[in-house]
Amino acid sequence: MISIHQLHKSFGKNHILKGIDLAFEKPGIIAVLGPNGSGKTTLIKSILGMVLPSAGELKIGNQNIKNQWQYRQKIAYLPQIARFPDNLTVRELLNMIKDLRGKSEDEAGLIDLFELGPHLKSRLGNLSGGTRQKVNLVLTFMYDCPIIILDEPTAGLDPISLVKLKELIEYQRSIGKTILITTHVMSLVEELADEVVYLLEGHIHFRGSLTTLKETYHETSVERAIASLLERQKGKLEFSSNGHQAYIPAFVHPSSFIVHR
Amino acid sequence: MATKPTFQPSFILHHSSFIVDLIVMLKILKYSFYDLIRSRWTYIYCAFYLLFTLSLLWLSNDLSKVVISLMNVVLLLCPLIATMFGVMYYYNSREFTELLLAQPIKRTSIFLGQYLGVAGSLSASWLIGTGVPFILYGVFGSAQAGNFLMLALIGVALSFIFSALAFLIALKNENRIKGFGLAIVVWLFFAVVYDGFLLLALSYFSDYPLEKFSLAASMLNPIDLSRILILLKLDISALMGFTGAVFRKFIGTGMGMAVSVLVLAVWAILPAWGIGRVAMKKDF
Repeated sequence: MISIHQLHKSFGKNHILKGIDLAFEKPGIIAVLGPNGSGKTTLIKSILGMVLPSAGELKIGNQNIKNQWQYRQKIAYLPQIARFPDNLTVRELLNMIKDLRGKSEDEAGLIDLFELGPHLKSRLGNLSGGTRQKVNLVLTFMYDCPIIILDEPTAGLDPISLVKLKELIEYQRSIGKTILITTHVMSLVEELADEVVYLLEGHIHFRGSLTTLKETYHETSVERAIASLLERQKGKLEFSSNGHQAYIPAFVHPSSFIVHR
Repeated sequence: MATKPTFQPSFILHHSSFIVDLIVMLKILKYSFYDLIRSRWTYIYCAFYLLFTLSLLWLSNDLSKVVISLMNVVLLLCPLIATMFGVMYYYNSREFTELLLAQPIKRTSIFLGQYLGVAGSLSASWLIGTGVPFILYGVFGSAQAGNFLMLALIGVALSFIFSALAFLIALKNENRIKGFGLAIVVWLFFAVVYDGFLLLALSYFSDYPLEKFSLAASMLNPIDLSRILILLKLDISALMGFTGAVFRKFIGTGMGMAVSVLVLAVWAILPAWGIGRVAMKKDF
C-alpha cells in the first residue's frame, strides 16, 4: 500500500530524515514512535505530500506521488492541531470538506458517536479544544480510505471519547485499513498497535511487532522496552548539566529526555 | 491490501484539468469568503467607509469633491488594510490550510482560492461601504457616475494587488513577525517612501528630460498609478502633478487610462502567479 525508498529530507542544514526505507503491505495498526524531533511528523507529511522530499521515492499503491494530488483520495489524515476557520459553523465546515471530497457515508453516525449534534450550529472559534478535536475526528473518519494517518489522535479528548476512538480505530482495522498512528501515549500503543516503527534521529531504529520489541529488550511493557532501547543506543542517559546520571521513573516517557541530550 | 471499491469521490476529482482546478479553487474561495464576511473586522472596515462617505456627502454637496476626498483616503487605506488582512488571514489559517493540503486537491487551488476570498471580501466591504451612500445620494443620475465607478474600481484593484503581495510575503516567511513587518514595509514603501524618492530624483535631475523616466516610475507603483488613473478620469489638471500631465501629454487621456488599467491588472496578476509558484515548492 505504502512504500518508501531511501527518503531524505533536510530543512536548510537540518537533516531530518536520513534514508528511510519502509513498506506497509498488510492492513493493521502501525505506531510510529520516536522522541521529539526524530522525524515522525516529517515522515507523515512526506506521505501526504505536504513536505517535499529532498531525495528518495514514495509510492502509494504503486503510484509515485511526486507532484501528484489525486492519490490523497486514498488517505484520511488527522492533523495534530485542530484549528479551523473561526467564523464557520461545524455544519459548514463538514459541508465544505464534502464539497471538496464528495459525499460521505458515515458522517451522521460519527456525529452521533462523538455527540456533536448540539454543536453543529456553533462557530468553530467558540468550541473547546476537546470538541474541536472531535470535529477533527469526524472529518478524518467520514471517508472510507484504505490508509488512515493519525497524528496524536488522543489530544484533548475526555475518557469517554477516548474509549469510543479506540473502538473506532479497532473497527477500522477489522475492515482492512492500514492505520499509522503517532503518539506519546504508550498505553495506546500497547492496546492498539500491531507493529511499532521507532524513529531516532532520522533513521528507523526498530521495526517489529510489540512482542518482538518487548522480547528484544527483555521488558514487560512497551514503555520500559523503549526506555531500554534508548539506553542501549545512548549508553547511559545523562541529562543533568554536570553529567550526573539519574534514575528515569517508568511513568516518564523516555523521549522527553532525549532533547536535552 | 484488499482495496474496497467504496470510496465515493465526486467523479470530477478523477480528471485533472484546468476546469476542475478552477472549480475547486472557487469552492475554497467561497468558504474563505463566508468565513471572512462574518468576521467582526470586515464589518468594522465596511462601517468605517459607510460613515466616512455619508459624512463627506453630508458636509459637501459637491460629488466630485467627495470623490477626490475619498480618493485620498482610499489610496492609503485600501492598500494598508489589504496588506494587514492578507498577512493575518494567511497566518491565522495556517493549521486549517494544513488540513486542506491533506485533501485530494491541488495546492495552487487552495492558496489562490484563499487569496481571492480575502481580496473578494475586502472589495465587498469597500463597495458596500462607499456604494450604498453614493447610490442613495443618486450618483447614477448625475454626471459623476463615471467618476464614482472609477473610484470603486480602484478600491477593488488596490485591495486585490496588496492582498496578493501580502499573501506572497506571508507564504515566503514562516516567521509571523517577520512576515508582518515586511508586509507593512512594502505598504509604507509604495504609499509614502516611493513618492519621496521619486520627488528627490525629479528635482535632482531636473535639468534632464524626465518624462519617460517619470512615466516608467509611476508604472512601477500601483498606488501612484491609481492616483493618475483617477485624476485622468476626473480631468483635474491642477491635481494631476508632473506624471499625470506627462501621461496626458504623451499618450492622451483615453490611452493613458487604458494603459494604467492594464498595468494595474498586471500588478494583481504577477503576485498571484507568484503565490501559485511559491506554494508548489513549499514544505508545510
